Amino acid sequence: MSVHMESLHEPTTSSLPLEYQEDGNLKIFGFWVFLAAEVVLFSTLFATYLVFHGNVAGGPTSQQLFDIRGFTIETFLLLTSSFTMGLGTYEMRRQNTKGVVVWVLITVLLGLGFLGMEISEFSHYVSIGANISRSAFLSAFFVLVGTHGSHVTLGIFWILSILVQVMRKGITPKTARKLFVVGLYWHFLDVVWVFIFTVVYLTGKVM
Amino acid sequence: MSGQPSHEGFPWKHVIGFVLSILLTVMALWLVFSMQLPVSTEIVSILVLAVFQVLIQLLLFMHLTERDGPAYHVISLIFGAFIAFTIVGGSIWIMAFRSMVS
Repeated sequence: MSVHMESLHEPTTSSLPLEYQEDGNLKIFGFWVFLAAEVVLFSTLFATYLVFHGNVAGGPTSQQLFDIRGFTIETFLLLTSSFTMGLGTYEMRRQNTKGVVVWVLITVLLGLGFLGMEISEFSHYVSIGANISRSAFLSAFFVLVGTHGSHVTLGIFWILSILVQVMRKGITPKTARKLFVVGLYWHFLDVVWVFIFTVVYLTGKVM
Repeated sequence: MSGQPSHEGFPWKHVIGFVLSILLTVMALWLVFSMQLPVSTEIVSILVLAVFQVLIQLLLFMHLTERDGPAYHVISLIFGAFIAFTIVGGSIWIMAFRSMVS
């Protein structure tokens, strides 16, 4: 974190983008605090998973279970959706409502693709007997990855509801702030996934 | 990263961030599945790649450096990361100790 702390001390421009106007600044700050709390929530689930990773109770291990092709595709889908969400914010700052609608819809489609892959992954595990009550490893796995997946599900509904508001009211300080905040949420889910990809899937394949 | 609104014609920042995030993912996959490294080396290197991945999201996509006044949101994030590190690191530490003494 020390690397970019330096850049924070650069002189600021007084004119922040539209979403920070009115009381947007305070609400965006509030959302960052919420994300910090989410970091703590996910850390407890990661800690539980790491402690129970080896406790397979004679059931399947992570090495036997995880499918490289599946989790790689899931990762690329979510990374791409984070990029398209960023482009949505970019178009919002150019006051281009059409651009926002297009990129945000692509984001939702990629998010749905990710969810579909995850649901089929989970149902495959359950169909071969690797369900949430099979072992401590699987309980921790389903709770961690499932909590992320339910966040993505909520995110899709949230994004769609904000999109309706943007289409109805255009890009105002209020809708811009809402879109920026849901964008932060979406990028944050990508951050969590990066750690699930690294700590759960990649590490689970070598250990 | 200056926190100024972007009005340029092409979203370079986002495209660079996207290309870097794909590259980091491919590197992590390559490190784990194509290189014959010791497991501990592999895990440390993919964790380093994950940290870079997070910095890309925070700096290029989440506009972390945009602010009016003191960067309180960065302080809250650092505090969250500190608690997360303590919970995860502490759990691994205490369980490793337990398996050593039992």
